[in-house]
Amino acid sequence: MIDRAWEHESVSEPKEIVVGVGAGASAVPGKELATEDMVLNIGPQHPSTHGVLRLRLALDGERIATAEPIIGYMHRGAEKLFEVRDYRQIIVLANRHDWLSAFANELGVVIAVERMLGMEVPVRAVWARTLLAELNRVLNHLMFLGSYPLELGAITPVFYAFRERETIQAVMEEISGGRMHYMFNRVGGLKEDLPLGWLERTGRAVADVRRRLPDIENLIMGNEIFLARTTGVGVLDRETILQYGVSGPIARASGVDLDLRRDEPYLAYGELPVKVVTRSAGDCHARFEVLHDQLKVSLDLADACLERLRQLPPGPINQRLPKILKAPEGHTYAWTESPLGLNGYYLVSRGEKTPWRLKLRSASFNNVQVLREMLPGNLLADMVAILGSMFFVVGDIDK
Amino acid sequence: MLEIALRLVVIIGAFLLLPLIVGQLEHKAMAHMQSRLGPMYAGGFHGWAQLIADGVKFVQKEDVIPAAADRAVFKIAPAVALVPYLIVMIVIPVGPGLYGVDLDAGLFFVLAVMGVGVLGSIMAGWSSGNKYSVLGGMRSAAQLMSYELPLVLAASSVAMAAGTLSLTGIVEAWQWWWLPWQAIGAIVFFVAGLAELRRPPFDMPIAESEIIMGPMTEYTGIRFALFMLAEYVGIVVLSALTTVLFLGGWHGPWLPGPVWTLIKIFVLAFVVIWVRVSYPRMREDQLQKLAWVGLVPLALVQLALTGVVKVL
Repeated sequence: MIDRAWEHESVSEPKEIVVGVGAGASAVPGKELATEDMVLNIGPQHPSTHGVLRLRLALDGERIATAEPIIGYMHRGAEKLFEVRDYRQIIVLANRHDWLSAFANELGVVIAVERMLGMEVPVRAVWARTLLAELNRVLNHLMFLGSYPLELGAITPVFYAFRERETIQAVMEEISGGRMHYMFNRVGGLKEDLPLGWLERTGRAVADVRRRLPDIENLIMGNEIFLARTTGVGVLDRETILQYGVSGPIARASGVDLDLRRDEPYLAYGELPVKVVTRSAGDCHARFEVLHDQLKVSLDLADACLERLRQLPPGPINQRLPKILKAPEGHTYAWTESPLGLNGYYLVSRGEKTPWRLKLRSASFNNVQVLREMLPGNLLADMVAILGSMFFVVGDIDK
Repeated sequence: MLEIALRLVVIIGAFLLLPLIVGQLEHKAMAHMQSRLGPMYAGGFHGWAQLIADGVKFVQKEDVIPAAADRAVFKIAPAVALVPYLIVMIVIPVGPGLYGVDLDAGLFFVLAVMGVGVLGSIMAGWSSGNKYSVLGGMRSAAQLMSYELPLVLAASSVAMAAGTLSLTGIVEAWQWWWLPWQAIGAIVFFVAGLAELRRPPFDMPIAESEIIMGPMTEYTGIRFALFMLAEYVGIVVLSALTTVLFLGGWHGPWLPGPVWTLIKIFVLAFVVIWVRVSYPRMREDQLQKLAWVGLVPLALVQLALTGVVKVL
């Protein structure tokens, strides 16, 4: 079927060389089986693309000659929808584009609106938000710590990772009612106050995850095959990163020392000792290591937030909002360090209850574009190792 | 005549039963290693009938053959993958006198017939008319080419030590000190066998996360089930051969001989499963490197060692 689909596209693009292979060769008339490049579509339905990313690869044997990410299969017009929703509804929409970092996505929106309103957020809300953002980061990183080995054929770490995710998700579910899309942020604070005893339960969950993390480490981190598959594979240099706007753990694995939590603190990060994890190798292994070390840093930050929350005196957790919330005329850009990279919202308001424009700068969109530079020259078998190490969420690409 | 018929019936029974036991063992052992339960419902007791239920389901499914496929080759490929293992089982001795046929050139026969099994996946890869399948078939072919050599070299070392190609003869000649003597050969044989079966960490040809089961991409229903069955019969055959050649077959204290053979087979099958749970997949070029730079020299060292000890 793939052969046939290509036949159609080759009509509109006469330069495309389509070669049938195997018994499928008969489906392509007038062509001989020669050593021409084979065009291979990875996706949109492929287990390694975490959804519907499509890569059009031209293969010379098993070596990739050109690679082109084709996106948009999951485009939902989020930015256009933002323009016809009020600010409460936008939070619901915004937390969906990167479904592994829902809380981090909500944060950007509420920070932008609060900044436009000049609204002061209660101190307990600030610390609770910081805590939840870090727990969200832990959830996100655990997912990739499990799924990346899975793509390399190690089937066990993902189960350990999901056990830890369950532990954290239990406390997230208790507080917000949601397991993925928390919808716990409100302009001016959080939806509700923290339940009684929740801080202790969260502390236990964080301790449990930290205690059991070596299960994953021992299984995969020192494994010879894992090292052989990832070390020196898919090296991304600093220059390319800066040109393509790659950010987050992927950029830090190549020595780009940028983390908004430290460099442009929002929430309570200014008062926290944020340790920025960097590596210089820039290969798949470095990216995986950064993710893993960041996970530990996030657990430590979560502990620090918990400690602070216990000491804070009782007080409000949100602001009383008017029935109709209007951001004053103006514009602002709120960017946050999402688990996968820089996540920014450019909010332009004309004083109405909906934004005039809300531009979303998502991390995965920029991170995936660089595949075009990284993949050519590599083996097809490395394609999966590289693709998996770019830690993307398709919703975050297509928006 | 009756005796031969009886032997064949027993072998077919073992051919159908042992892979299911290994498959179920894989389900459950893998699940518990991954902090899961595995199948729990089919059949009532800890999901013992899961694979039978799977089989029933597979039989009922539609048999889809892609339009661009080479139909005849596509249809017989699962049989080509499966039948050689059945034939190999005929000559594997389980106890003294417990075998289908005792061939003088049993080892030679076994290695030759096992090589045919891999043709099945090459045929499937070629005939499916799917690029992923072709890549998988290509990788299968490359893997077979490289790993056949260390497999044969390691096996010939035992044949040299025993001075016979008969499998029963090899087991009868076996002494306990062959364990350290043939240790390198045993490891080479087992690893190369794993690679021939395309089991993890050598499952690059079927890698479901990159080329989506490779040669098996287009297969559905009972034909797919036959490929899976071939994989598990392969595990049984590999474990049995390693047992017979290197671990002394039915030799062992206290328990009756056939029980020892079965224990050894299942321990090895467990190792095969264990390796799958613990290791990522090797890349195709790394596979080749392991065969040519690692296993072949080791097998030659073993051959030399066997020769030297034999002459002394």
